[in-house]
Amino acid sequence: MNPATAAPPTARSDTRTQTSVTCPFCSLLCDDLEVTNRGGSLGVSAGDCARARAGFEREYTVQPPQIGGRSVSLEEAVAAAVRLLRGARHPLYGGLGTDVAGMRGLLALADKTGGIVDHMLGDSMYRNILAMQDRGWILTTMTEVRNRADVVVFANLDAVSDHPRFFERNIWNADSMFGLPTKSRQVVYLGEGLNTRPGISPDGRKPLHLKNEPERLGELIGALRALLAGQSLQAEAVAGVRVSALMKLLGIMKGAKYGVIIWSPPRLPFASADLIVEAICDLVKELNAQTRFSGFALGGNEGILTAGAVCAWQSGYQLRTDFGAGFPEFDPTRNATARLLENDDVDLLMWTATFLAGHTPPATRAPTILLAPPLPSVDSRCAVYIPVGTPGVDHRGQMCRVDNVVSLPLHQVRESALPSVAGVCDLLLQSL
Amino acid sequence: MLTRLKGGTVYDPMHGVNGEVRDIHVRDGRVVSSPPAGQRIDEEYDLHGKVVMAGAIDPHSHIGGGKVNIARTLLPEDHRPYPVPRTALTRSGTGRAAPSTMTTGYRYAEMGYTAVFEPAMLPANSRQAHMEMADIPIIDKGAYVMLGSDDYLLRMMAAGKTQEEINDYIAYTIVAAQALAVKVVNPGGISAFKFNQRNLDLDEKNSYYGVTPRQILQTLARGVKELGIPHPLHVHGCNLGVPGNMQTTLDTMSGVEGLPVHLTHIQFHSYGTEGDRRFSSGAAQIAEAINRHGHVSADVGQIMFGQTVTASGDNMAQFRNRGIATPNKWVCMDIECDAGCGVVPFRYRDQNFVNALQWAIGLEIFLLVQDPWRVFLTTDHPNGAPFTAYPHLIRLLMDKGFRDASLERLHPEAQAMSTLKSIQREYSLYEIAIMTRAAPSRSLGLSDLGHLGEGAAADITVYTPQDDKERMFERPDYVFKGGTLVARNGRIVKVTDGATHTLRPGFDKAAVKPLREYFDRYHTMRLENFRVSDEEIVNEGRGHVVVNQLRDGSRG
Repeated sequence: MNPATAAPPTARSDTRTQTSVTCPFCSLLCDDLEVTNRGGSLGVSAGDCARARAGFEREYTVQPPQIGGRSVSLEEAVAAAVRLLRGARHPLYGGLGTDVAGMRGLLALADKTGGIVDHMLGDSMYRNILAMQDRGWILTTMTEVRNRADVVVFANLDAVSDHPRFFERNIWNADSMFGLPTKSRQVVYLGEGLNTRPGISPDGRKPLHLKNEPERLGELIGALRALLAGQSLQAEAVAGVRVSALMKLLGIMKGAKYGVIIWSPPRLPFASADLIVEAICDLVKELNAQTRFSGFALGGNEGILTAGAVCAWQSGYQLRTDFGAGFPEFDPTRNATARLLENDDVDLLMWTATFLAGHTPPATRAPTILLAPPLPSVDSRCAVYIPVGTPGVDHRGQMCRVDNVVSLPLHQVRESALPSVAGVCDLLLQSL
Repeated sequence: MLTRLKGGTVYDPMHGVNGEVRDIHVRDGRVVSSPPAGQRIDEEYDLHGKVVMAGAIDPHSHIGGGKVNIARTLLPEDHRPYPVPRTALTRSGTGRAAPSTMTTGYRYAEMGYTAVFEPAMLPANSRQAHMEMADIPIIDKGAYVMLGSDDYLLRMMAAGKTQEEINDYIAYTIVAAQALAVKVVNPGGISAFKFNQRNLDLDEKNSYYGVTPRQILQTLARGVKELGIPHPLHVHGCNLGVPGNMQTTLDTMSGVEGLPVHLTHIQFHSYGTEGDRRFSSGAAQIAEAINRHGHVSADVGQIMFGQTVTASGDNMAQFRNRGIATPNKWVCMDIECDAGCGVVPFRYRDQNFVNALQWAIGLEIFLLVQDPWRVFLTTDHPNGAPFTAYPHLIRLLMDKGFRDASLERLHPEAQAMSTLKSIQREYSLYEIAIMTRAAPSRSLGLSDLGHLGEGAAADITVYTPQDDKERMFERPDYVFKGGTLVARNGRIVKVTDGATHTLRPGFDKAAVKPLREYFDRYHTMRLENFRVSDEEIVNEGRGHVVVNQLRDGSRG
């Protein structure tokens, strides 16, 4: 079955509705959307959320590419971009908000031009990757959470702010496979400033909420590990939470048949937050000595998991890989976008952002090539701007989901004159 | 264009050709019959004194899919010492135990391999497995879809569904995941681990479903046979790596009621409990049982000494093994009410008693199984060793002096516990051609691959005979893929895109409805989005799909 026609459009005069559409605008990749196309303008008629609406309902315009703010043809823009890429000694391929095919194209360019690849959310991703490369982890996936989890701990996040349908799809789902009444799931929040209303069960049961100081989450997890190991604590409170409350939480976690602790790297914006992730993962491993417990990392928006996965299979390394030596070299500190731009360590920025964030590239002294959807106004500092389609809207594609196991087909839901990122990369590669 | 490979010494066991000097003609990517005299030959290779075989086939190598990408991500230290620079022809990448995709394709082709099969594709991860394999150039690929701990099958079995209904589900899954065969890993055990069971023996019940590994093996093996899937059920048995698991393996062979099964990486399932260390070789008993059971084939999963990473769907076993992780980091995952995975880096050491004996056990099995048509050459890449160890392994099989000298360097107690030194056998070139070409081709039902008969794909490898078989097999003179010269003297000279091999067994369309309801009710993706389309694999013309024939000759 062709993903572009998985759900054939049904014609009603000039209105067409497609079902089982995949939404690329957050990493849950919900694929139960109905998208209605009225003469080229899209509306989400089922399975919607704020992010899906913001993405699908973005106004569709056809805009010419620009060179220094001047409208040009695609051929002229590609030729100008090729000149910049040829002249660059060490380009940065940043943003990376694209699908598998787009990432393949960008990696081919990076390999050929000796560039570096990093994603706009690279800082947060490395809170996870560093922890994983240091200690490893035990993780689970969405369908397991949906069917098995009897205890779900949200560590410094409410899930819905970045992934609006998380509770609807994975916590308060009507049916589960193993006789677990989902209403009876124990939801626990750790942290402050969270929207905990979605954590109230359908029958009105309130979640447990321990209001630790968010930046001290690591201490709280450390205290739980100490208690699990049978140590006693001298302190009466840790990170603003009474030890008696921690004992209660630990009891709940140890009593779980299948517990899950969820964190989100962007919601851990602290120095050395990778050590917090490590502590969470070690706690999970230790709980598995007796019962089953898993971690779940809820981040991954703007295509970062797709970009990371393709980079890993094509180069052996995750993002922040440098092809400048003629082969891939991995350095998550040196190859961070902000550091590279600040220190003028790159002399060209090619920035790609087709989803919701990052349409304005970061300020830099290096000339910038921008691949982004049609924009109301384009940063005048961009040397070359090529408007591109969004995968899953303007053309079909594939993306990796938040749990890094499932990947989904993206569908084309409207006729579009916009080229894909992959298509633009092909044009550039042919001329380089 | 007509090409003549002139005067090579040909080993083509599918046609009983054992070292005969012959010409081979190639046109449009296929082997053709000898043209009439006077026909213009466009291109000729003089292969006098060379050894000519079909391209080699690796029937069990973890080359793509989520667990491989986890292994890559987990171990930058695996790649740093093995950078692969870009050239005018080839993309850059990295080695070694979990190499990057392009590097995987180049290295296999440089060694004369032209088809490689990923043996553990989870249905939930099948799209990613195909996306990764699409980025493996030159070689043909395919994958075995993993069933046996998926809740849908276990629910069907617990509900007493008929074999026909289960067969429909197996067939649907093969088609939807674009698979070539069916694999079972620790039957029911991956599910049992999610219910906090830590071991599951052949007749032990999954605590939720009440079904046993034996029942799952029988059900899947019967389904595979009845559907006409050419490759027998590919079995990663219970109790991987556990001392004494030899008995489980013997029981598995006799417990499938004569149904064809392929026991994979059998070395890891051939352990006894004799001796002071309660760890001994079960190779003699296992090989004897394989010799006796005509319905059983096996691949070995030979280990080699050095650093590697073990990547398996068997998270129950991998969690058990976490203490031996070297370096000390590991990943386990429960996956989608479907499967699981575990990635544990490991360093096999020749002065470690257990590792040394594992090495000897693998070789004993190779040498004691009499029929090379039923034992395939694998290291279970990367679990026993990276696939780049194959030339070394071939030398160990073909050269007793080299083998004995290697044995003498190992842990002395392991030497004393092994019968290896008393085994005189040396594999012949013909037998190597069987186990690396003809036998996997026949077992997988790849009618066009693994032989040099008329109509075969012109996947051809040409070697210079050498006393040092490792040197000989490491760097073939020529490797042709579909008639195109892709590697010369162990260097890539042309990059092409290989095919993806699949099957299309038939199923009752009515079987899809309950499956769709199940997905809608319990899963987090729609059934229509689960299914991997041909277009996704073809991918703007970079790949193509080959639908292989079922055993009854039909295409489903």
